[in-house]
Amino acid sequence: MRYSGFKVLVQGLFGNTGWTPAWRDPAPKADYDAVIIGGGGHGLATAYYLAKNHGLTNIAVLEKGYLGSGNIGRNTTIVRANYFLPGNSEFYSHSLKLWEGLEADLNYNVMHSQRGLINLFHSDGQRDAFARRGNAMINQGDDAVLLDRDGVREILPYLDYDNTRFPIYGGLLHPRGGTARHDAVAWGYARAADRRGVDLIQNCEVTGIDIVDGRVTGVQTTRGAIRAKKVGMVVAGRSGQVAAMAGLRLPIESHVLQAFVTEGLKPVINHVISFGMGHFYISQSDKGGLVFGGDLDFYASYASRGNLPMVEHVMEAGMTLMPMIGRARVLRSWGGIMDMTPDGSPIIDKTPVDGLFIDAGWNYGGFKAVPASGWCMAHLMATGDSHPVAAKFRLNRFATGHILDEEGTGSQHNLH
Amino acid sequence: MRLTCPLCGPRDRREFYYSGDAVLLARPATDAPPGAWDDYLHNRDNPAGVTQDLWYHEQGCCSWLKVTRNTVTHEILSVESVAGTSTAGGAA
Repeated sequence: MRYSGFKVLVQGLFGNTGWTPAWRDPAPKADYDAVIIGGGGHGLATAYYLAKNHGLTNIAVLEKGYLGSGNIGRNTTIVRANYFLPGNSEFYSHSLKLWEGLEADLNYNVMHSQRGLINLFHSDGQRDAFARRGNAMINQGDDAVLLDRDGVREILPYLDYDNTRFPIYGGLLHPRGGTARHDAVAWGYARAADRRGVDLIQNCEVTGIDIVDGRVTGVQTTRGAIRAKKVGMVVAGRSGQVAAMAGLRLPIESHVLQAFVTEGLKPVINHVISFGMGHFYISQSDKGGLVFGGDLDFYASYASRGNLPMVEHVMEAGMTLMPMIGRARVLRSWGGIMDMTPDGSPIIDKTPVDGLFIDAGWNYGGFKAVPASGWCMAHLMATGDSHPVAAKFRLNRFATGHILDEEGTGSQHNLH
Repeated sequence: MRLTCPLCGPRDRREFYYSGDAVLLARPATDAPPGAWDDYLHNRDNPAGVTQDLWYHEQGCCSWLKVTRNTVTHEILSVESVAGTSTAGGAA
């Protein structure tokens, strides 16, 4: 069923009894041309673009829980293309362009809101770094505006500009940055992939990867064996376990990242604000909750819940930046499992096993990448070649030295 | 979370710096091939379950500690000092 304003009107007149399920619930077939392990944002997007761009329809997405039950449903929903390094810059630029056409493409409202993103700076040196980053963004064809202190004050009057440690010198405004409704992105891709014939198989955990003579032949699952010519591993924080089924060790360590939401408030924060020096960023959801987060807990964890010292640190940073939020009550906090790479950049590549591909290592920045990640992973799986905008996301880059260290902090674990 | 330092007793997580998987103790020989160093520096088992990692008691006795703990439950199983441990045990 195609969605439209007219359909909503008609359904409203008849008690909304005519809606049909957004996707089928098929049983797994014995044989597919390609199988995607992982029914999150990246996996569903990969399946969608395999069908749409490359005409593959005999494909399945295998999800051990329910669709969108992982990080796509537990992130802070920020969409931006403010990267600096060649290799990252063109990829996230491509992703933002896909975001801008996503709702029409998927026929689904993902509530993409380009409300503008502001990265604050607090010293002359940091201003220079952000001016340079803004120039790189403009060179890439994206948008950036360097705001001075008064320029920031005009649009964010409620910040503390005279904090002793971190006085606000200005900010880099990325007008096309913003947020989207995270669950809707998973649902939109799921529905659009299903409409193109992709089998979305839930409650189907992969328990083994079949390899014969160095070539993948299928997977073992809790719902039986499935043969497949190509297999894509798109499982974020669980990449280590799935890759181990194929005998691979990855440059990935899984860490927990916490996020928080307050009770619903009237509109108060109209942008996405990033306070990098305090490891704090915030936006307001359409429902009214202030959605904010900070840094990793900084030790390997699969617990999906965090530790109190980081809760305290994030709250302190929030109070430092905008003392007014002290009156808001925190409603919920949660943790997501981040697949951290040594240099903080992702991997979309072949593996040493023929026909087995990997899309992983999204660190704490996977949400905005969903469209381009799916686009490029689909391109790789269909053609066997890396897509030009993802050509540097190589699995072996730590061995070859072609690292993508966007933060400039190094290429060993626990630095990002 | 608390770690029981062998020298200082039970201390808050904030006193410690996490350094990563205890595989870091198994440093390859200086003439080991590049692949061994890549493996040592970057590739990880990344287990969901019991793991061993290195923590530095930065705001205490400055010991390096090998902590055995569960990454799913956050249970701490043991904490031992690595003082005197040879780091030359890696693959050549």
